[in-house]
Amino acid sequence: MKRRDRTASTTIVIVGAGQAGVRAAFALREHGFDGRVILIGNEGQAPYQRPPLSKAFLAGHLSVDRLYLHLPQAFAAHAIELKLHTDVEAIDRASAQLRLRGGGRLGYDKLLLATGCRPRELQCPGARSPGVHYLRTLQDAMRLRESLTRGRRVAIVGGGYIGLEVAAVAASQGAVVTVVEAERVLLSRVTTPIVGEFFAAAHRRHDVRVICDARATAFLGDERLHEVATDTGAIRADLAIVGVGALPNEELARAAGLRCDDGIVVDAHCRTSDPAIFAAGDCASAVDELSGRRVRHESVQNAIDQATAAARNLAGEATRYAAVPWFWSNQYEYKLQIAGTFVGHDEVVERGNRAAGSFALLYRRRGALIGVDAVNMPREYMAARRELAHALAARADARPVHAGVAQAQAA
Amino acid sequence: MPRITFVQSDASATTVEASAGVSAMEAARSHNVRGIKAECGGECCCSTCHCYVDPAWVERLPPKGENEANLVEFAWEPRPTSRLACQIRVTEALDGLVLHVPARQL
Repeated sequence: MKRRDRTASTTIVIVGAGQAGVRAAFALREHGFDGRVILIGNEGQAPYQRPPLSKAFLAGHLSVDRLYLHLPQAFAAHAIELKLHTDVEAIDRASAQLRLRGGGRLGYDKLLLATGCRPRELQCPGARSPGVHYLRTLQDAMRLRESLTRGRRVAIVGGGYIGLEVAAVAASQGAVVTVVEAERVLLSRVTTPIVGEFFAAAHRRHDVRVICDARATAFLGDERLHEVATDTGAIRADLAIVGVGALPNEELARAAGLRCDDGIVVDAHCRTSDPAIFAAGDCASAVDELSGRRVRHESVQNAIDQATAAARNLAGEATRYAAVPWFWSNQYEYKLQIAGTFVGHDEVVERGNRAAGSFALLYRRRGALIGVDAVNMPREYMAARRELAHALAARADARPVHAGVAQAQAA
Repeated sequence: MPRITFVQSDASATTVEASAGVSAMEAARSHNVRGIKAECGGECCCSTCHCYVDPAWVERLPPKGENEANLVEFAWEPRPTSRLACQIRVTEALDGLVLHVPARQL
């Protein structure tokens, strides 16, 4: 793939200094872009990784400085201009400028939106009172870490990854924990009931009360939280964490007239409906090559791989983004590893020993492997991931050469 | 502070200082050493911080655990000297450690 243009006088602005934005900035340099790279973030801290916020960092096993992605000098060494504490108010596509809060304007030749997502907030009474926590940023995690102490009565609303990981940390620290989940089974949006039930049992073994088919209706307490009301009963709690999904930060894109549909819509080259504007990471919605469905992934893997593909396209290479999506979650001694998808499966093969806490579910559709969910079975998981990668590569090979096929996984 | 040298497949090398107690992967990531992807952030969940330990240092590292051994098998072109950089804890005794970065990570 040859670079199409010598780029020394071009300015690329990246909005969002999370995992995707940071990766894109460095990938631009790795792929020969020698123009200006400006990386804008609206948080005050240097760019950091989020997964430990609901795991080791929350549990107090990791200090803040070990969360940071790169040292400040690494940005400077690659001439990446990092602007923190900076909010973008609008994208003025006509003049190819960003309008910043405070009145400044920043021109771009090309733009990458890596604005991520934010927690979906409950709208019921008391949902915004102190004592009700959401978890997305380092600030959120620091506040929550301080609040979690032995003997607290903790209510966790939402039996997804965030809720369950926080439940595991809280329970391990001696808190009295109740998980309230709206669906019939935990983790229902991301895996099949066997895995959801496995984790419900694991939490119950750690004295966590797991209540499914229940929705929080109010958070009660005058100055301090003392109860969470649900449609099946009240839960005494002095601390609540809500993890009920995330919304893509697509408002800038939408306001600028870019096509959005649960995320900023991009093609296989990470391009939005404006050829000068790209998007990658939690905020972007793309067609998943393996399944053929449009999805928005919320994962470190997608942030890194899609951002790399976006950067290569920004640098002039016509690379299609195609990767096997994968994810992991740590709860107690269990490591759940997920790759591909279970959606549309017509056959499940189970390996290992569920009772012994080490098993894998292999999902097939018309005989072909489409996904794997594994708990404490890394070999089975990695073997399945390899098979999925081969299947993806085979499909890529089948595509016409002129489409500029390449996997976005080369280092 | 202990120093670690990362040698790329093109023979270029970077030496970084690492605080005792962090992993070799974190040292690489902090200094943006090329080729160490660390997609799972050091949780022994992938194989993208794969590296080859320099022959002079292979015997001086604590042996790999089962999890790491399993994952290393699935790295790109594993060798007997393969390790996951996130499982190598930096100590004063490892000052001068040399790790070779593979040409690719999966």
